[in-house]
Amino acid sequence: MTNSVSVLLLLVAAQLATAVIAVVFSRSASVGRLVYGLSFFISSLAVVLLLFHLLALGEVSRTSLPLGLPWIGANFRLDALSSLFLLIVDFGGAIASLYALGYGRHEDAPHRVLPFYAAFLAGMNLVVLADDAFTFLLSWELMSLTSWALVVAHHRSEANRKAGVIYLVMASFGTFCLLLAFGLLAGSAGAYGFDAIRALPPGPGIAGLVLILALVGAGSKAGLVPLHVWLPLAHPAAPSHVSALMSGVMTKVAIYGFIRIVFDLLGPPAWWWSLVVLALAGITSVMGVLYALMQHDIKRLLAYHTVENVGIIFIGLGLALAFRAYGMVGAGALALTAGLLHAVNHSVFKSLLFFGSGAILTATGERDMEQMGGLIHRMPHTAFAFLVGSAAISALPPLNGFVSEWLTFQAILLSPQLPSWGLKFLVPATGALLALSAALAAACFVKAFGIIFLGRPRSDAATKAREVDRFSLAAMYALVAFCLIIGILPGPFIDLLAPVVKSLMLGQSMPHQSGVAWMSIVPIAESRSSYNGLLVFLFIAVSAWLAALAIHRFASRATRRGPAWDCGAPDPRPITQYSASSFAQPIRRVFGSLVFRARENVVMPPPGDLGPARLDVALIDPVWDGIYKPVSAGILGLADRLNRLQFLTIRQFLMLVFSTLVLLLLVLAIWQ
Amino acid sequence: MGGFYFDVAHLFAGGLVLVSFMMLYQDRLYALINIYALHALALTLSVAWQAYVQDAPHLFITAVIALGFKMLFIPLALHTIVRRLGIHRDIETVVGVGPTMLLGIGLVALSMVVVLKVTPDADALAREDLAFALAVLLLGLLLMVARRNAVGQVIGFMSMENGLILAATGARGMPLVVEISVAFSIVVAFFVIGVFLFRIRERFDTVDVGALDEHRGERG
Repeated sequence: MTNSVSVLLLLVAAQLATAVIAVVFSRSASVGRLVYGLSFFISSLAVVLLLFHLLALGEVSRTSLPLGLPWIGANFRLDALSSLFLLIVDFGGAIASLYALGYGRHEDAPHRVLPFYAAFLAGMNLVVLADDAFTFLLSWELMSLTSWALVVAHHRSEANRKAGVIYLVMASFGTFCLLLAFGLLAGSAGAYGFDAIRALPPGPGIAGLVLILALVGAGSKAGLVPLHVWLPLAHPAAPSHVSALMSGVMTKVAIYGFIRIVFDLLGPPAWWWSLVVLALAGITSVMGVLYALMQHDIKRLLAYHTVENVGIIFIGLGLALAFRAYGMVGAGALALTAGLLHAVNHSVFKSLLFFGSGAILTATGERDMEQMGGLIHRMPHTAFAFLVGSAAISALPPLNGFVSEWLTFQAILLSPQLPSWGLKFLVPATGALLALSAALAAACFVKAFGIIFLGRPRSDAATKAREVDRFSLAAMYALVAFCLIIGILPGPFIDLLAPVVKSLMLGQSMPHQSGVAWMSIVPIAESRSSYNGLLVFLFIAVSAWLAALAIHRFASRATRRGPAWDCGAPDPRPITQYSASSFAQPIRRVFGSLVFRARENVVMPPPGDLGPARLDVALIDPVWDGIYKPVSAGILGLADRLNRLQFLTIRQFLMLVFSTLVLLLLVLAIWQ
Repeated sequence: MGGFYFDVAHLFAGGLVLVSFMMLYQDRLYALINIYALHALALTLSVAWQAYVQDAPHLFITAVIALGFKMLFIPLALHTIVRRLGIHRDIETVVGVGPTMLLGIGLVALSMVVVLKVTPDADALAREDLAFALAVLLLGLLLMVARRNAVGQVIGFMSMENGLILAATGARGMPLVVEISVAFSIVVAFFVIGVFLFRIRERFDTVDVGALDEHRGERG
């Protein structure tokens, strides 16, 4: 019991023990601090261990426990891919626990959150460690169920209960697809160990089917359109630190599942796989951000951005599949690195943004952006952290979001070398969708930051807001630091991903970045493109400083405070300010009328009436109305029909048995 | 194994199928019970012959069970029940005799086709036996479906069970045949005597299973 995977399993066991402690001492007042403190400690230990493992190019370590299915046991394995995703999981877990040390104090029902929180962390760890299908699915379900319990922690609200039901249905559906995928992979011999599957990859037909099932199964957990419907309902319903974990980390575990199945277990890819993945990913990224633009609930807006970013990660993965199918492993390594780096980055800045939203929620008690405003004066630290997160998610240099999206674009620019015409057309189109989603994301966060933090307070709660506690701020600032470090010095992080990429891309990885002069990164060749985060950062810092200096030096110091010119009709009410919905209006008119069939309806009061005019906006969710409503109506109708089967006579039941038997025999007679 | 052994086994198994057909068109309960006794006799002969041919003396136990329990005890018990319940004059079939018989012929053909196709390289005797056994089983199920009367359905069930025993004894070296036949007999005994009939008698005053549906309140 000395190898790394055993130590990690011990840490998971400690995490589960923490869950038990949370149950036993649920009435104690300080149990929250104890549970979050322990979780922070355990996750940090795991992070340190994993960093050593990844930096030392640690060999594959495995262990197996006599649990689970008797002839398989419970197998666990730690290789480069799983150590990277464990790093994401445990880093996210550690930071969220740190945040929750402060944030958790405002929890009104801690006994509904604490045990599931600890078990949720353990479940995510186990999914990534699993080395056979049974353990994987079991841990996957543990992760789903505990996160479901966290979603319905505040079960008194109708919306949360509805979110819980939809989440449960979608999670079962996803697991069902994964179950079928593993069943197909294991084949008729029932070889459920990942080693056995790897040794005997399925034929092309089965492999294609497994790809679709994995895409649906893992995609429904990650939030691919059109399987995302539960995500914007469930993620915001949980407490904010859990939202951060679900959005920042659990979606990555789902992506890990996809990578593990498709890149590792499934054997060499066929060219059309990437077509499916890229098309879905492109649609996901644009739809996600369009949905987000229509949202005025801060946490739901962030959840929709998770959908968008999952789309971006899948673009990277799809490109990697395309390149690998044609043996262009160099380009494939670039695309895969971009996808993985974006997964890391997204977990960092999405956690940061959810922490920010949690801080705002604590300070104002509001999730509706239209009730906020002017918070930058009352919560300057949160505002700064949120600003950095917003810039990172909008892919602005010199922050981390830019690096991974830039790498994705570099991979897209290599696509003309692909021999397939289908991909030659699709990849640039995907690139256009990616560019569009990046631009729209920037617009969306200008809206979010502007409406929340700038202007005048729109409600009493916003007026009385106060800065949050030290733990929350520490967690946010830690993430801010990571956004900056990965953005400014991406080279070491890309090198950190190299063993992972090597293991999945036939031994090829991106060129070593640490030795490049001036800490630039050079994805392909110096003559082609390079990016230097440090230079950009210095340029921005110096030019901003110079500008500030110049303004203060040369502008008139004789400032004078007075009312702004207001056409002679000052209106003291904050409601006259630019609102989130007015900000979104131009984009709603351009895209919304097409995608959401948005209709604006202006109701003018009749002459003589002093009432205000009304502007109503009606949106239709195309995915929900186009797919889910017909499906659920169909299932309900079928259930109604089948209901009659309960009320047959004994003879009719016998008749059913008899005719089924005869039918099966007939099939046998004809088919043989 | 000589042609004679095979022919005799064939004769007994075919006789079982024939008797199953006879059960299909009986519309009086006493006659149905008597034919069932004949069914059990045919099974006894078939199993005894298999025991002799396969040189498997333990199969004689099964044969004795078939003779004593199924041929004598159950028919006598059913006679008593029918007389006590006063339903010996009941006549009923759900479908006409003609269609039932036609369907039965179709089932026999189906079972032949299925078994002979599926087992091309099995022992010839076992193949024939399995085909007949499947036919008996399907005919028993048909009998259950075609009757509304509980006694008729129980007899259908028991003839199905006879088909299973036939299949089990026909396959050489099949383990636990005797145990299976004993277990089935016990199930049948419970079925017939214990729960089913008396409870129906007590609560519904009829042995027509249609009454069960009324009791459930699901058919007006």
